[in-house]
Amino acid sequence: MTELTQLTLAQTIRGLEKKEFSARETAQAHIAAMEGARHLNAFVTETPDIALKQAHDSDARRAKGGAGPLDGVPLAVKDLFCTKGVKTTACSKILGNFVPAYESTVSANLFRDGAVMVGKTSLDEFAMGSSNTTSAFGNVISPWKRAGNSNADLVPGGSSGGSAAAVSARLCLGATGTDTGGSIRQPAAFCGISGIKPTYGRCSRWGIIAFASSLDQAGVFARTVEDCAIMLKSASGHDPKDSTSAKKDVPDWPKLLSGNVKGLRIGIPKEYRVDGMPEEIVKLWQQGIEWLKAGGAQIVDVSLPHTKYALPTYYIIAPAECSSNLARYDGVRYGLRVEGENLNDMYELSRAQGFGAEVKRRIMIGTYALSSGYYDAYYIKAQKVRRLILNDFLKAWEKCDALLTPTAPSAAFAIGENEDDPIKMYLNDVFTVPSSLAGLPGMSIPAGLDRDGLPLGLQIIGRAWDEQTVFNVSRAIEKAANFTAMPQMARRKAA
Amino acid sequence: MSIDKNTVKKVAGLARLRLADAEMEKYAGQLNNIMGFVEQLNEVNTDNVEPLPSPVDMPLPLRRDAVTDGGDPDTVLSNAPEAVEGFYVVPKVVE
Repeated sequence: MTELTQLTLAQTIRGLEKKEFSARETAQAHIAAMEGARHLNAFVTETPDIALKQAHDSDARRAKGGAGPLDGVPLAVKDLFCTKGVKTTACSKILGNFVPAYESTVSANLFRDGAVMVGKTSLDEFAMGSSNTTSAFGNVISPWKRAGNSNADLVPGGSSGGSAAAVSARLCLGATGTDTGGSIRQPAAFCGISGIKPTYGRCSRWGIIAFASSLDQAGVFARTVEDCAIMLKSASGHDPKDSTSAKKDVPDWPKLLSGNVKGLRIGIPKEYRVDGMPEEIVKLWQQGIEWLKAGGAQIVDVSLPHTKYALPTYYIIAPAECSSNLARYDGVRYGLRVEGENLNDMYELSRAQGFGAEVKRRIMIGTYALSSGYYDAYYIKAQKVRRLILNDFLKAWEKCDALLTPTAPSAAFAIGENEDDPIKMYLNDVFTVPSSLAGLPGMSIPAGLDRDGLPLGLQIIGRAWDEQTVFNVSRAIEKAANFTAMPQMARRKAA
Repeated sequence: MSIDKNTVKKVAGLARLRLADAEMEKYAGQLNNIMGFVEQLNEVNTDNVEPLPSPVDMPLPLRRDAVTDGGDPDTVLSNAPEAVEGFYVVPKVVE
């Protein structure tokens, strides 16, 4: 029997249906893999007891003929989703001992459909970062290594770096993520897996620890497009507890999934050809264009003229919303409290000791941008440019049905690189931030390797609510790219 | 435009973050860099452009103003650093 951790999510569901193995067996295999890969630091909290209990219940349900769409599938949950009775930290010291009394809607939806949780995965503190090096509980190490003699530890990307590393290293079949400016798509690209951020409003934000509320959106990681479609379908849906959750039916994405792109118009935004982009990424992008052309798609040149203003817009809006959202950490209702002389002392000391450097930096930017005298010049100005960025996309949709771009301007970098200058780190998200500001669905697909043997991703962006086209174009690329590379440690196990 | 240490001190106060002197110097430099990067937004003509607060064009839903949850102070207080008899405890704020 093939090792259970090597199966895809869809293969696992079929195997469980055919009784080739039990939910308990696949849970045990993944727990063992997780325990054997602790050097990656992908998990903040392992939950083997919960997994085994859920797997046991899943086997009982299946025996009675009442299995759900994800029944018995071992998944991981980003430690930004509140899980009832299970410590949820956002990888911040300020929430280091927080045990939610409620379940996030997305994780509740997955459990409703039978999912098994092996653990909570690491992230950049409060999801602020692109390298998973701002966690208060240590860096996550990518399961990938550069080919040759280099043994440097690489970043898995961020902020959902633990989820991406865990799926890539075969420690779970899928994982939840959140994406505010690229936090699913960039780590998916760095770790050689698939990841989708759906349309803003598709997944409920209830129970997800807030960073920037007009941008935060839950999504999923898995190793195939079909697996992402299956998992996202379970995670999605209207929730009255989130006022920005859309009252829209969730299409049966996995059933309607097809790699047929014949007649589809694929837009290539000229502004994404940025200076200094590595030649290999330019070549891979061109290869993606050729693959879709060969599949019968029509390639259209489009322009998104405000692209260069997306990052500066994002670095006002996201910190502004962050400074408001994180005002709740006051040492009174939950989280770390540091005693002081008086109430204000207690606030200031608790927050100073509880938050890390990147979070403090963003709170400072946001507070400054929202402060009296600057509000119109920065925050309102950024919201106006945000409308122009959205309008660029709306105009592009008159000419095309989806956009094809690279996911990130580089492959994974070594831990410690890009840390001298915050703006250099922010540039990681140059291709993912515009669609976040516009609330559009975007997916990253592994499409090739660079000269060091590291994965590179292509991104497909679609119209609002048209995840189906995003999945279908992604499937076409997946078929053509036939990406079979695995991180070294997973290859050893597969052999 | 330049953000000096005094501005950083004021902003840190607004954000209720106690910063050491060295941190203030560091943040003054970084904030200047980042706000300098953001300055390029001034190149964009936004006359007659409505601000976009949310990407999804959807009216906020209304519901009856009725109690739908609550009545469980123990659960609400379960993560409080300090609680007494159903209340959060904070340092004394009145003389």
